[in-house]
Amino acid sequence: MIYENSATEMAAALDKGEISAVELTQAHLDRIASVDGDVKAFLYVDKAGAIAQAKEVDDRRRAGEKLSPLAGVPLALKDVLVQQGVPTTCGSKMLEGWRPPYDATVVSKLKAAGIIILGKTNMDEFAMGSSTENSAYFPTHNPWDLSRIPGGSGGGSSASLAAFEAPLAIGTDTGGSIRQPAAVTGTVGVKPTYGGVSRYGLVAFSSSLDQAGPCARTVLDAAYLHEVIGGYDPMDSTSINAPVPSVVAAAKSGSVKGMKIGVIKELQGDGYQAGVLNRFKESLDELSNLGAEIVEVSCPHFEYALAAYYLIAPSECSSNLARFDAMRYGIRVGEGSAEEVMNATREVGFGKEVKRRIILGTYALSSGYYDAYYGSAQKVRTLISRDFESAFTKADVLVSPTAPTTAFKIGEKSNDPIAMYLNDIATIPTNLAGVCGISVPSGLADEDGLPAGFQIMAGAMKDDRLYQVGAALEAALNSKWGAPILSKAPKLGAK
Amino acid sequence: MSKISRDDVANLARLARIEMTPEELDHLSSELSVILDAVARVQEVAGQDVPPTSHPLPLTNVFRVDENRPSLTPEQALSGAPAQEEQRFKVPQILGEE
Repeated sequence: MIYENSATEMAAALDKGEISAVELTQAHLDRIASVDGDVKAFLYVDKAGAIAQAKEVDDRRRAGEKLSPLAGVPLALKDVLVQQGVPTTCGSKMLEGWRPPYDATVVSKLKAAGIIILGKTNMDEFAMGSSTENSAYFPTHNPWDLSRIPGGSGGGSSASLAAFEAPLAIGTDTGGSIRQPAAVTGTVGVKPTYGGVSRYGLVAFSSSLDQAGPCARTVLDAAYLHEVIGGYDPMDSTSINAPVPSVVAAAKSGSVKGMKIGVIKELQGDGYQAGVLNRFKESLDELSNLGAEIVEVSCPHFEYALAAYYLIAPSECSSNLARFDAMRYGIRVGEGSAEEVMNATREVGFGKEVKRRIILGTYALSSGYYDAYYGSAQKVRTLISRDFESAFTKADVLVSPTAPTTAFKIGEKSNDPIAMYLNDIATIPTNLAGVCGISVPSGLADEDGLPAGFQIMAGAMKDDRLYQVGAALEAALNSKWGAPILSKAPKLGAK
Repeated sequence: MSKISRDDVANLARLARIEMTPEELDHLSSELSVILDAVARVQEVAGQDVPPTSHPLPLTNVFRVDENRPSLTPEQALSGAPAQEEQRFKVPQILGEE
């Protein structure tokens, strides 16, 4: 079926006139209609908007206009990015019914490139979570096993790819919310260098960590999407004013001969599932066979990363989410003074995890505790950046398993916040240091037959190296398996 | 062992402008004590000589040229307002009666 192709193959079929953008979009809308009742990846499907956008692309192509490489290819957008006139909830009751009056820069760039936005994908409320169970609306189900989580916070985006509801998706990654969902669904997810993709119109959770990035089923597809959404934006004061790294060329080269690949000693062992580690080690062997040199590196402060993250992110969130005050947009609950209305609205509008983090952040920032908690966490952040700097003098890229386990059962960890936070143990250091990372499938774990992820990290603005190594590993593993990993997933909708 | 009392949580919730039920206060005070114990580890390595990092990029203020440019219309800006009146956000009473 056409929807099983890669985005690059779809783009080629569009270019040759074998299919129109409207037909391709309709094929995906039909697929969503047939399987999303089970997967529940989407909070909102914008049928009319998607078809209208596809018609426009077809008209432009017919008129002989030179279109961008992904013009006419459909995409699923995480519901944390605002799209003008389309409901944007961030998975929260707080924003139920809100239709933003403007487009995020990422959305403007997608539209300018002719990429068709199918709808908004489910997520943990305000991107806080690792399972998408914290969505105020419903959990999303992993297409590999519908009783399991699709990762989080961007579980809707990763599930939509694995269920062939969209060939491309946008995620955001504050502590792993692109990479961990990619790992547990057998898809590809990239957290670009901090500042590499504009945050304008990305509803803020933790501003010094948040980063939007591409999600896809192949490394090359992610690279094409990266080049569409990346680049300097004067509307974001933290945007890097430099050219987007040549990630498409890097993905096409896919050569690791002579590269030094550093295995982080601290990101394996205890707490990692045996089958995940087996696939990790096999992936290293593949890279070694391709001519890369594997070295071990130590990042001694990474063991403090999770603790630092769960002070910094809640602190920034307690400040950022103060904007939801029931005055200018979002829901308003209760009567009385402004303060009473605010209190009542935030009680009803925010879910359990969001409240937990706001209260934790308020505590960590309060006078008397600031130095011991937030201040210490900021120092750990420095130590982690230094660990990366030192490791990057010994290796061109660093690698680890993306997540310590495969997808767990829905409900299994939802009452144990600390167990839930441990899912991000290998992805968080990257965010704290502002460097970049990718997750590519490494195979199926022996114990449960579920996908595991291989994480590659590179220095700031060295995003091209992620794609270079990621494409090399993907090609080697695909040839070993005889087919891409998703061909092994159970068929959906076959009841 | 960090200890956050029920009263501490009530005070934090008041500062954060979130009304909380007695059950929520009970639950959060025990949960936050556990989480704080786990995150307090940062103090083990945060020595005096380590400078803090607040942000991954060396940031300078960015100013744009002070000139008119297109922006939201009043109708667009007010389109998500819970209540509005005469092209303004209508909000509950902010100050006391005096």
